[in-house]
Amino acid sequence: MSSRNSLPLFAGTTAVLLGLAVVVALLVAPEDANQGVSQRIFYFHVPIALTAYLCFGLGAWKALRLLWVGGERRDVESYTWIHQGTIFGTLTLITGSIWAKASWGVWWSWGSNQLVLFLVLFLFYCAYFMLRFSIDEGARRGRICAVYALFGVALIPASFFAIRLASDFIHPTVFSREGPQMTGTMFGSFLVCWAAITLLAYVMYRTEVVGKRIDASLRELREVLS
Amino acid sequence: MSAASLYAADVVALARKDLRLELRARDTLPAMLLFVVSTLVVFHFALPAGTGADAAFGLLWIAIVFTALLGLARAWAPEREGGALDGLVLAPCDRSAIWLGKTLAVLIFLMTAELVAVPAFALFFAPIDLVAVAGVVLASVGICAVGSLLAAMAAASRGREVILPLLFLPLAIPLVVGGVGAGISPEGAAYLSFLGLYDLVFAILAWATFEYVVTE
Repeated sequence: MSSRNSLPLFAGTTAVLLGLAVVVALLVAPEDANQGVSQRIFYFHVPIALTAYLCFGLGAWKALRLLWVGGERRDVESYTWIHQGTIFGTLTLITGSIWAKASWGVWWSWGSNQLVLFLVLFLFYCAYFMLRFSIDEGARRGRICAVYALFGVALIPASFFAIRLASDFIHPTVFSREGPQMTGTMFGSFLVCWAAITLLAYVMYRTEVVGKRIDASLRELREVLS
Repeated sequence: MSAASLYAADVVALARKDLRLELRARDTLPAMLLFVVSTLVVFHFALPAGTGADAAFGLLWIAIVFTALLGLARAWAPEREGGALDGLVLAPCDRSAIWLGKTLAVLIFLMTAELVAVPAFALFFAPIDLVAVAGVVLASVGICAVGSLLAAMAAASRGREVILPLLFLPLAIPLVVGGVGAGISPEGAAYLSFLGLYDLVFAILAWATFEYVVTE
């Protein structure tokens, strides 16, 4: 009962924090000396990317728990985390693309390792959904999806190193984005944004899980009634 | 017999079953051989003249990956058509042995195809050194280890043939990077060790999780 009641509280906190994050990122944080106003997208791009990693990691953790101890609940939870991860991963690609356009003048750069990694992960997790929706519902689907989700977390470091290695021969010039060290205000603003985005992911996750549970209960109810 | 030798005997028996099936039916291997050679010929016409060996090397890897997909798509077909997988799962052997046997069989098919593809590539496009060959071997191990598990997943789904490449290609990207790097980079050894690490991590993962994919 208490977990259901806490959701509006979380949602309210997230709304306030997100509003604060927008203010902090646009007004409070000092302007970057090199990149100017376009650098402010950093306060959303990087927290979104970190949140996407977190969602994928939690999805794999739930998958591991599913294989370990079982429970249909964990299948839904793992799926929902991965769903959130894919949403935030797509947002990372979009914000990263905008940032690339603003600072390098191109919408896409293979030299940005993080963006390429997110593209690989995006393809991987899109395939996860294809797999999930082409298997008949049941315990076996949960286990197969869980195994694929586990491959996902192994793929993250593997792709990371692969892309680092590949940039040697595909893209010899390495972009250096090392500007001046982050100042205290910048870092503080970053933390506010990070907290807001992470909380947003959590609220979205909770909402989706609740929705899915209601769907499942409704379906059961209909089966009982008919 | 010790547990380890029993396990090895199971694996060998399963792999031998696949090889014998292939020898009698010739369903997969001739198709893979013809496919890889045709692909290389098509690439000759796809590449503009004077593109150089580096670009051709990338195409060799596309040929290898898609040839492997061709073999993997049929990897579990005999079990599925004969309804044999349920029997194998019920058999008193470790279920990971089923995966290892299948991986070995697919690896032998792929290596045979590469035995034709690599000399053909050297003949048509560019010479190949030992590091590049080692890259081909190591990447093939990874392709088959991951691929035979993913093929089992795809076999459980409705759109088998369509879904396997979607599952497989994102996971094959690091292998392609390692293989191409071993072929054209002056520091080929770094790429070989990367491939070895990938093989190790994903083989252990596939070995440990295969059971969950095949049990109902």
